[in-house]
Amino acid sequence: MKIIGYIIQKEFKQIFRNKAMLPIIFILPIIQLVILSNAATFEVKNIAFSYVDSDKTSFSRELISKFDASTYFNVITDFPSSKIANSAMLNGEVDVILEIPQHFERDLLKNKKTNLLVIINAIDGAAAGIENVYINQIVQGFNKNAQTDLMQISDKEIISKNIISIPSFWYNKTLNYKTFMVPGILVILVTMIALFLSGMNIVREKEIGTLEQMNVTPIKKHQFIIGKLFPFWVLGMILLTVGLIIARVLFNVPMIGSLGLMYLYTSIYILVILGIGFYISNFTDTQQQAMFVAWFFVVIFILMSGLFTPIESMPEWAQFLTKFNPIKYYVEVMRMVMLKGSSFIDILPQLWKTLVYAVIMNGLAVWSYKKTN
Amino acid sequence: MKRFIGFIKKEFYHIFRDKRTLFILFGMPIVQILLFGFAITNEINNVDIAILDKSKDPTTQEIINKISSSKYFSLKQIIEKETEIETIFKKGKVKAVLVFEKDFSKKLTKENNATVQIITDATDPNTANNIANFISSILQKYQQEINVNIKAPYKIIPETRMAYNQELKSVFMFVPGVMTIILMLVSAMMTSISITKEKELGTMEILLVSPLKPFQVIIGKVVPYIFLSIINAVIIILLSIFIFNMPVQGSLFLLGAESILFIINALSLGILISTIAETQQTAMMLSLMGLLLPVILLSGFIFPISSMPKILQVISNVIPATWYIIILKGIMLKGIGLAVIWKETLILLGMTMFFIVLSIKKYKIRLE
Repeated sequence: MKIIGYIIQKEFKQIFRNKAMLPIIFILPIIQLVILSNAATFEVKNIAFSYVDSDKTSFSRELISKFDASTYFNVITDFPSSKIANSAMLNGEVDVILEIPQHFERDLLKNKKTNLLVIINAIDGAAAGIENVYINQIVQGFNKNAQTDLMQISDKEIISKNIISIPSFWYNKTLNYKTFMVPGILVILVTMIALFLSGMNIVREKEIGTLEQMNVTPIKKHQFIIGKLFPFWVLGMILLTVGLIIARVLFNVPMIGSLGLMYLYTSIYILVILGIGFYISNFTDTQQQAMFVAWFFVVIFILMSGLFTPIESMPEWAQFLTKFNPIKYYVEVMRMVMLKGSSFIDILPQLWKTLVYAVIMNGLAVWSYKKTN
Repeated sequence: MKRFIGFIKKEFYHIFRDKRTLFILFGMPIVQILLFGFAITNEINNVDIAILDKSKDPTTQEIINKISSSKYFSLKQIIEKETEIETIFKKGKVKAVLVFEKDFSKKLTKENNATVQIITDATDPNTANNIANFISSILQKYQQEINVNIKAPYKIIPETRMAYNQELKSVFMFVPGVMTIILMLVSAMMTSISITKEKELGTMEILLVSPLKPFQVIIGKVVPYIFLSIINAVIIILLSIFIFNMPVQGSLFLLGAESILFIINALSLGILISTIAETQQTAMMLSLMGLLLPVILLSGFIFPISSMPKILQVISNVIPATWYIIILKGIMLKGIGLAVIWKETLILLGMTMFFIVLSIKKYKIRLE
């Protein structure tokens, strides 16, 4: 026990002596949490909207003013011809072009039917789909107004059966993205710090040559590993605490569930990550290799965690792969406990999977660490 | 010049001797682009939903069939009580619950109005919003079917054209992003330790006493990696064309040239990090912790830049990846040439020059 204490002391000293690393460990993640949480939004707004009005009647102007009034669209310009409008889209200046054909008003009054051409920049397919919904809503609203204005038909005379759908958004009534993203980004930052530091740790001693000195001491394998990993575990917990305070104070993220549960889960989760880091550190020769491998896994873990894009949308095989992704479980648990107030029983499946994962990874780490070459 | 070539040769030897790193360098990007190209999508597919049907009549049954037979939703559970909603949400089993009111069919025929409640788990606001929209549109369609006899007197029919991506494939959005992220990080990471490593191993002294000028050292360090990264870029571009069916509407030559420019940009950013950092550890933590999240989040790879707060839109301008993604999408999907993207190209060029000049300035010719 005393030996472990000394190793821990040594590791802490090394961490705090390296003045260049301290801001990277403590300040960089905090800054990222504060700034980047604002960036992660799928909301579609400020749509660059433009139009080509070949009709120029009170009707067409009325329709355009409807778009102008909408908060989703920024009406940028009116283009004299569709050719110019299209080249503006090519340059990326506009996202939506509304083309009102000649005789728009006349056709509507005479033939009771008229067409509109809507061109949407669809490279971001999901956003284009939403833009299309907004446009249709506005046109539909305009349509209805036109009917009542032109024909003086009241709604009662058009008797149709209506299915009224009432959406209600639980746990996040205003669809605030920050409540969703802050816990997730915090998870990623804790993971990255823990994995990169532990992954580089032993291989660094290997490269500098001090690992040999450690190996000739009477320190036992498990003492060495516990001594090495404990400081990073503490760092991870500190980062979590600071992150949670920021989430609460700055972003007003609700914390419905129990804090104790979050800490319990995190304390096990960090063990998984440290185990992975230690294992990587054992079978690589240089810090560069270790970092590349760690980076490889972190990017996969992040992008396949369901944090940014939903897991259900992935193909079957990819969904299966996410079962081995520790970040996935952590993101789930953080969101469940913080936002929904899930209890110990609710997160039990994630908890025991993480526990098994921790045992396996640390087992592998201890097994693969050899004192003799 | 001869000396300079000798120096470049040395760098090549370093790289080719470390077989393991080389293997990781080429293996990783391939695995990643294959994985992400298929797995990253924000289309709604097979969302698990539950249903609470208080009336259990033919109409509700028909609606339930319509919803569960669509590819967007799969019916996971049928519940009987309102209180169960809370429980299944807390377990995270389903993302939405549909509640049909009592006597749905009767109300629809007699009062012409019947209500469906769509309760979504909005801890994921984007999915929740999409689910609500999709279910509403299915209900709307059904409503049109039962109202087929009543015709609205006036009709404006919007005809929508989805430019550049007719089928709204999310591959078109994400593959350029994935290409950018991989190229940026692999390139920056490769060179980020090139100078610190010499410092740490003690070979820096030898470099310093040699007659090589700072700019020769810096350029010499970048050159070998340019070759490696070009191979990487070619592999990635080929994969995206042949596996993910990304079109290349514009000139393939321009695509190549812009990619090389972007690679040099990322490599010189790595060099800059390397001249600032004292140890390999610091250098790598800077390039990993400092670059990974900002590049993913602020470059427009996943999240649209136009929806971000103004300040972040400004910040996103200093991220080289933002410009490369615009260029990639422009050339591959829109088929535009240099006449349109000259501004983006110039910005990348300027950033590259800035990184290189700053690295040469920061390169210290004296030991501490």
